[in-house]
Amino acid sequence: MSNVTYEKMNPELEERRVSKHPRLQEFLFSAKRFLKNPLTIIGLIIILSFAFVAIFAPILAPPQNSDPYRIPHTGWKMAPSPPSKEHPLGTLEQQYDIYYGIVWGTRLAFKIGVVVVFANLVIGLLLGAIAGYFGGLTDEIIMRITDMFYAIPFLVMAMALVVALGRGLKAVIITLIILGWPTYTRVIRSEILVIRDRDFILAARASGASHLRIIFKHILPNSIYSVLIIASMNVGTIVLTAAALSFLGLGSETGYADWGQMVSMCRNWIVGPAGNRLAYWYVVIIPGFVIALFVLGWNLLGDAARDVFDPKMRRR
Amino acid sequence: MSLLNYVIRRILLMIIVLFGVSLLVFSIMMIIPPGRRVAIYVTQEKITPDQMQAMIKKYGLDDPAPVQYVRWIKSIFSGDFGYSVTAAAPVLKGFKEYFPVTLELVLYATPLIILFGVWLGTLGAVHKDKPIDHATRVFAIIGYSLPTFWLGLILLMIFYGYFDIFPPGVLSNKGTEVLYSPQFHRYTHLITIDAILNWRWDIFWDGLYHLILPTINLVLLSSALILRLMRSSMLESLGQDYIRTALAKGADKKTIYRVHARRNALIPVITISGILFAGLMGGMVITETIFARTGIGLWMARAALQLDLPAIMFNVLFLGFVFVLMNLIVDIIYAYIDPRIRLT
Repeated sequence: MSNVTYEKMNPELEERRVSKHPRLQEFLFSAKRFLKNPLTIIGLIIILSFAFVAIFAPILAPPQNSDPYRIPHTGWKMAPSPPSKEHPLGTLEQQYDIYYGIVWGTRLAFKIGVVVVFANLVIGLLLGAIAGYFGGLTDEIIMRITDMFYAIPFLVMAMALVVALGRGLKAVIITLIILGWPTYTRVIRSEILVIRDRDFILAARASGASHLRIIFKHILPNSIYSVLIIASMNVGTIVLTAAALSFLGLGSETGYADWGQMVSMCRNWIVGPAGNRLAYWYVVIIPGFVIALFVLGWNLLGDAARDVFDPKMRRR
Repeated sequence: MSLLNYVIRRILLMIIVLFGVSLLVFSIMMIIPPGRRVAIYVTQEKITPDQMQAMIKKYGLDDPAPVQYVRWIKSIFSGDFGYSVTAAAPVLKGFKEYFPVTLELVLYATPLIILFGVWLGTLGAVHKDKPIDHATRVFAIIGYSLPTFWLGLILLMIFYGYFDIFPPGVLSNKGTEVLYSPQFHRYTHLITIDAILNWRWDIFWDGLYHLILPTINLVLLSSALILRLMRSSMLESLGQDYIRTALAKGADKKTIYRVHARRNALIPVITISGILFAGLMGGMVITETIFARTGIGLWMARAALQLDLPAIMFNVLFLGFVFVLMNLIVDIIYAYIDPRIRLT
């Protein structure tokens, strides 16, 4: 009698247990629901298309300089030229090719977004896990530091830090890494506070598991989804902030395949010559539209993921 | 805990946070090597390395960090924030010039952002999963995704470029002339209000005319935040038992939504006014740059390009201060409205 477990009595459960690892099963369940949402599909298509462009950038727009991120320009004429056979999307001022800038800018956007968000995630995860798990003075110190970061408007502080670090693209990336982690720290910490005193953690501790093992094996897998959702939405925000800094002239230099930089180059061409005042629409519309689309893709993914993967919102 | 106790505790906490903010701003400043920081004291055109070393010594720029921090804090408390190259004036004087322009835009944009966000959020919640709800949701996601600078440029291209209305700037040339004429008294330095006080309606309309596009820009981008929160908070409040009771009793639906549900749903919206402010200030830097409004946002953008450190550090410190103060006020209002908060 004693070896008849609950699962043995319930063949359906038994089969489920044997066929798939519960974590995988959980993931598949969520993924199925995830893909049913039309907004998710749109977001996924947008991001995959951008990924395609980023991967095949050397084929889509063969580099002509030693540095592929430098947009080739075919002259010094100030006024932009409209789309033509030679320049499918037209050119910016000084004849920088817009199409080339968009293609290589995609690669740059992924680079910035992924590098920054990954670094933020690692720092945030570590500090959040330490603060939440150990509590007490450690927690107090870490959380007060994150409070400090929250006390100044993000873009304003980013501007100051970029200037202090000497401007340029590298300074922008370092700045966003330094300023971005507190969000993750806060979320992970609060997730851990919820989980920390649950029975299965107590059981793990009682059976002699080390702190590291409990954090990485039992706590993080349970709180990782909400962090990944934030990370997905943050890729968009980070790229947007980087573009804003470039737009303000604090990022890459003129002629770099950087979307924000490209938008800032259109500022002198908002009003066309008399008689054809929208003559330069392509310089204003195209680069900014690409940024908006990229960010929109990540936001759609994050938005849908929140509804599906968040255990508190799901199965209702 | 009484409300007074709560307020006192919050104010003490605020002082600690402000200390943290000053530490953060100071650390950012200390990243810059002394050789570059000395530039704000150099007046001659050429300088030898020896002279530079002497100046670094004289102003103590390579002293230990705590010594420099104390000196910096002392100078702040004596009201000495240095000289801003961008403003071509001492920092405080520049601030007095630029701040009212920013404040005026904030005063017009904030109520509109809140009204618009609350209205759309309520609409979405009441018509949950109907086309209107989806439309507001799409609007919110697009609002999050559009780059501030791009929307501004498009608005400018369409209205100023194509229709030739709503030009950038703060006032027309004629209006600026009047503004600086001796007959025009500048009581508040807010253009539209001063215009009314001087009974110059032409200036009032002129100022308002130039405020329209930047305000639209900020409202379209910032109301998404309020909209989302309002929608979920309204949904929660619509699910409460007392709403069901009211509906079952056959009370007028509109009254229930407006009076019973929305009033309670508004409480969480108050708490994010601080976040709204932070977003607004970031948007302000860009909006003012695009629409050529000479406020502190444009000042900061120019200062960042010209390495005008005193101006940058002052503005970061000031905005941090205002932000912390805003959060304090929000917390107090929240505790006043909802007594449960005071207990925790």
